[in-house]
Amino acid sequence: MNKSELIEALAEEMNIPIREAASITNTIIDTMSDALARGESIEIRGFGSFVVKEYESYTGRNPKTGEKIQVSPKKLPFFKVGKDLREQVNKHKE
Amino acid sequence: MTLTKADLVQQIYKTHPTLTKSQSTESVETFLMLSKSSLINGQDLLLSGFGKFNIKDKKSRRGRNPQTGSELILDARRVVTFKPSGILRSRINANR
Repeated sequence: MNKSELIEALAEEMNIPIREAASITNTIIDTMSDALARGESIEIRGFGSFVVKEYESYTGRNPKTGEKIQVSPKKLPFFKVGKDLREQVNKHKE
Repeated sequence: MTLTKADLVQQIYKTHPTLTKSQSTESVETFLMLSKSSLINGQDLLLSGFGKFNIKDKKSRRGRNPQTGSELILDARRVVTFKPSGILRSRINANR
């Protein structure tokens, strides 16, 4: 499912115009992005949590050529799936 | 600081004057319910600009109890992974 399909489903489920469902969806996604951009974490019960991990600069290698490269410090978001969702996803495995 | 569901509801309420507080709550709950249903049904969820939630089937494998060292079989399972979008990654790294 992509964002526009999610927006359509939200509009139908809540009986609201597509335009409003789009605005709600974008607000939710933007609010979460803003929090992560500030380095904050996110915790949504039943869904999961996001944390931003910070990496120091390190010397890595290009796995193809074996060539050494200096990797700059960086931050990356990590998602940990919530217990409820993890169990339900696993349960529906055919 | 940790962002929670209550913060999302508050933000929806603040930016959507036509919605009541309970409608704002309902919108966040419905958004999450739809996202979860997609994943539970084995469908990836792509939120452009944010990232992609993937469903992956893992094969059963032989593992060890790290405490006792005894061998055991880990069953095949289905898991959720997240890959952040390029936009999100660069936003997170922008203000350093």
